[in-house]
Amino acid sequence: MSNELVPTKQPTYYEEVERKGYSRRDFLQFVSMMTAFIGLENSAIGQVAKALETKPRVPVIWLHFQECTCCSESFIRSSHPIVADILLDKISLDYTETLMAASGFQAEEAMQNTMKKYKGEYILCVEGSVPMGADGVYCMIGGKTSLQILEEAAEGAKAIIAWGSCASNGCVQAAKPNPTGATPIHKLVKGKPVIKVPGCPPIGEVMAGVIVHLVTFDRIPELDGLGRPKAFYSKRVHDTCYRRPFYDAGLYVESFDDANARKGYCLYKVGCKGPSTYNACGVMKWNNGTSFPIQSGHGCIGCSEENYWDNGRLYDRASSFAGFGIEANADTFGKVALGVTGAALAGHAVMTNIKKKKLIRNLEDEGKQSEHELKS
Amino acid sequence: MKTNYLHVHRLRRVYVWELPVRYYHWLNALAIIALIITGFLIASPLALQSNQEATNRFVMGWVRVIHFIAAYIFFFNFLFRIYWGFVGNKYANWKQFIPTSKKFIKEMWTVFKIDILMLRGKEHISIGHNAMAGFIYFLTFWAFLIQCLTGFGLYASTATWWLPKMFSWVPAVFGGDILTRQVHHWTMWFFILFAVIHVYLVFYHDYVEGRGEMSSMGGGWKFIEEDVFHDEEFHTPNKHDANKHKPKKTSSDES
Repeated sequence: MSNELVPTKQPTYYEEVERKGYSRRDFLQFVSMMTAFIGLENSAIGQVAKALETKPRVPVIWLHFQECTCCSESFIRSSHPIVADILLDKISLDYTETLMAASGFQAEEAMQNTMKKYKGEYILCVEGSVPMGADGVYCMIGGKTSLQILEEAAEGAKAIIAWGSCASNGCVQAAKPNPTGATPIHKLVKGKPVIKVPGCPPIGEVMAGVIVHLVTFDRIPELDGLGRPKAFYSKRVHDTCYRRPFYDAGLYVESFDDANARKGYCLYKVGCKGPSTYNACGVMKWNNGTSFPIQSGHGCIGCSEENYWDNGRLYDRASSFAGFGIEANADTFGKVALGVTGAALAGHAVMTNIKKKKLIRNLEDEGKQSEHELKS
Repeated sequence: MKTNYLHVHRLRRVYVWELPVRYYHWLNALAIIALIITGFLIASPLALQSNQEATNRFVMGWVRVIHFIAAYIFFFNFLFRIYWGFVGNKYANWKQFIPTSKKFIKEMWTVFKIDILMLRGKEHISIGHNAMAGFIYFLTFWAFLIQCLTGFGLYASTATWWLPKMFSWVPAVFGGDILTRQVHHWTMWFFILFAVIHVYLVFYHDYVEGRGEMSSMGGGWKFIEEDVFHDEEFHTPNKHDANKHKPKKTSSDES
């Protein structure tokens, strides 16, 4: 029975493309686009095409824990239909709560089968964080806690992709006080490479690019210090922003309803986190390259950065200072400290003149004495 | 009121701050002032209006350029000072900054009692840094280090030179640029508070000791009572003098 769910011979990606009725031209368009996205040169197009033509599709298990499914949504809305049709539909056949046809025991069995059959070969995609609080009861599927499912699935995985900010950093459910103990994947899985693809959600093309890279080269893409693929996360939104000239010119939107906002000035002063956010939004944009938050007049909220929900306010550059009220930031704290210091020093100066009166007078007398003794 | 007995001190000129130390000090001061001003402007830019095209303006650009240039000066100056802590005179030596002996701690306590709490007690003489000041400078060096790490860490992703690129691991420690930037901003306040207290205390020491504290960072000289030269103990807080002769009673300040 299980063999019906997991075909013995995996078709290649290209076979799937053909079966779905796409033309060779569509396929090559897709390949060129992906090659560009993952940061390869033109000459690699052939390599990518060949890989997709010859390699059987990689079995994938896609798990959903504490999340909102925005990552999946983003993926199926990526600009090229082949992304959704082939990469997502086909890879997710094995197991994904959102899109699979099977349910109940059938679905669980499919997952078990894939894990057994393709041990050490399948890619584990995780969307969502794992609740560690209260023994993990906050997110249970099929009678197992998220952690149990993750550990089980991670054991035989070749590589693990942490989709989105939930799986990469914990996202909003990990915000203080983090009642469910939401924990990102890399803190729970040991000894396996974890590719973080943060963002809330990540850009669909970025997600597709990571998978194409894995398929083509059979190894994980080059990662930065935080475990993110360098091809997409090595530049700040700020450095690729089309409003950057206004930043350098010192022209800023002061409030969302002013003339500067209409002129499209830089959103830095209304809290844009572009200068501290590493993502490809400014280059790839969203929804078939239509727009991205800054282009629609709203600052970047830094959704692909760790702790963006606790690290700062959405419409302010300054951050709140823990323990000193919501409105207190580093500068308020600094000004108070400066005032206290000033008062303390003034007090000290007064006390010096009282307590060290004798000492100061001796110095003065000594000086005056010398002055008298000198002939002018 | 005229005192009946007046002890007129004989002062000796001591070359305390060598020229490189003085250069370091003022270069550091200028760099820090430039960094704080431009830093504030980067954190919250002025609301400027202009009819010019953005391409013809580079206001924020220049503010940042100044910040980066000052940062490089600050950084290399800092490295130089560390080097000078090994080759400079005894008042510039690294041992002046790190509490490594009981004597150092004891002097810190004395300074705290006499200069800060202004309790009654024998006045002490510190020719270079007093132990408390030395220790505070040690803390500022840590602040320097934090600023260099976080600053170059933030700068690394847009840098082309290998030196700032070497700091690209720093934001990863803080989980990203957002927190790194905030640490950079918070630490700046340490510099401001330090500067205020530092300038005040220089005035204070000059006022109550009369040894040329203020001008010492200009010419390098301090003027020390001759009596002190008979008591080696005062020369440096960390000096381990095995065969310490019995310290003579110094009647330097209080007669």
